[in-house]
Amino acid sequence: MTIVLLKLIFIVAVIVAGMLPLITWTERKQSAVMQDRIGANRADILGITALGLLHPAADVLKLFSKEDFVPEGANRVLHLLAPVIAIVPPILMLAVIPYGGTYRFGESSLSLVVADIDWGMLYVFAVGSIATYGAVIAGWSSNNNWALLGSMRASAQMISYEVTMGLSLVGLFMVAGSLRLTEIAAFQDQSFRLLGFLLHFGWVQGELLPFGLDLLRLPMWGIFLQPLGFVLFLTCLMAENKRPPFDAPEGDSELIAGYHMEYSGMRFGLFYTAEFLEVPVIGALIATLFLGGWSIPFLSQETIITFVGAGFGEGFATGLCMLLHVASFLVKVVFMIWLQMAIRWTLPRFRYDQVMDLCWKTMLPLSLANVFATGVVVLWVEGLLP
Amino acid sequence: MNELLFQLFGAIAVAGALGMVLNLRNVVAGALSLVATMVALGAIYVMLEAYLVGVLQILVYAGAIVVVFLFVVMLLNLRDQALGEGRQWFTKTVAVLAGVGVLVLFLGVLPAAFSAPADLEAGFGGYRHVGALLFTDYVLAFEVTSLLLLAAMVGAVILAKRRTDGS
Repeated sequence: MTIVLLKLIFIVAVIVAGMLPLITWTERKQSAVMQDRIGANRADILGITALGLLHPAADVLKLFSKEDFVPEGANRVLHLLAPVIAIVPPILMLAVIPYGGTYRFGESSLSLVVADIDWGMLYVFAVGSIATYGAVIAGWSSNNNWALLGSMRASAQMISYEVTMGLSLVGLFMVAGSLRLTEIAAFQDQSFRLLGFLLHFGWVQGELLPFGLDLLRLPMWGIFLQPLGFVLFLTCLMAENKRPPFDAPEGDSELIAGYHMEYSGMRFGLFYTAEFLEVPVIGALIATLFLGGWSIPFLSQETIITFVGAGFGEGFATGLCMLLHVASFLVKVVFMIWLQMAIRWTLPRFRYDQVMDLCWKTMLPLSLANVFATGVVVLWVEGLLP
Repeated sequence: MNELLFQLFGAIAVAGALGMVLNLRNVVAGALSLVATMVALGAIYVMLEAYLVGVLQILVYAGAIVVVFLFVVMLLNLRDQALGEGRQWFTKTVAVLAGVGVLVLFLGVLPAAFSAPADLEAGFGGYRHVGALLFTDYVLAFEVTSLLLLAAMVGAVILAKRRTDGS
């Protein structure tokens, strides 16, 4: 019980309390870089601006001190409830994401994940599907036509992309043979020979490939086994997040601010927090599923423990391995946050019909083709094809 | 512990269902009560070790179908009172009668149901177990269902197309 609480505190402290304020700062600085400006640098304490790092604190103070306004004719209960519904799903998703492997300290073993459930990815989909309600209720309860249009767009967009999101991962599930996130992450802690199929089908005889081709290896990451799945899944997650280029539900130039236009103060802040919180959560999901999770390329857990353990004892080696794995996971999450920021400030907003066309006419057929092709290859490799 | 949780989620499910049926003046609040019922039912399925059914209950019913209901409500822009007062007494009476009926039925079954948990093989109710059953013993029913869904989809597309062409 205590250990579960400690794990929970760790992941919430790192992702929510640690990364979230930095992401709001990164967002402003990234936009400044893209638009050839300096960016946020005015907030100061006694003249110290610290690169604008005080702005997140200033933003929160500002939001908390503003009036909490409910428009006339709005459904008061639902209006107050919507921001809460919006922020809960991304926090719940953190529960199943493994930020480290399983480590054995003498008798006891420590697994760095809060809830290690067998149907982990189904849980992520289920929780993610609830997120739609935040946007839908916010728009409907505001008694405002712009907000209503925004939430209609949000609900249509989010339901559509949920379909492709599920299908784009089926290939990965088939390859890894599990829906449990810890197993998918542990599966990627190995490497494969690029030309290993030559040996597998007996086209080249022997144990090793000739001419040093045996060293031509890649880590067994989802992104190398399922490149199409990676692109589709990342696109779907970004569409679910409703940030540009998929921000038609907000669409400032068409809908003023879309579904959350009637919100002020910290209730608006909650919608914003939910959007920003989804960025590291998306990063963590992609890192776990496609970038090898906590694993370090070409350096498996056994190797580290054997080599370091020979000199410094097994306990120390395991502890070091654990720290390295958590650091590796966080590096991947930070990389994915950077990638999302770069995409967000590079691409212009899709028109609404383009968003729907992309989903139903391009990505859904591609994800189905990916499922079929992966199935054929898996059967072929296992020698089950006639 | 399990019994307490069952009673908690059961109470939420019943309250949500009543909220949906009795909340005729506000369609959206009714739909949201339905979501509460679906989520509580999902939790009960999970407690019964039917993990896949439980999570699909939330994913499909709460996460997709009720959202489509809400989408239609917003598309038609139904506001409070839009459904009128006329049929409310009838609906409410039927709802109360049905609720009491189900309650009476369950009071007869419940004591036996709580007596002893059934022995289940490992992996019962998980996606592997259900998937293997679906594609072996029930493969015919599964494929026929997919045909049915395909037919419904084609029908919806044809209906939608006719409406735009006829204008």
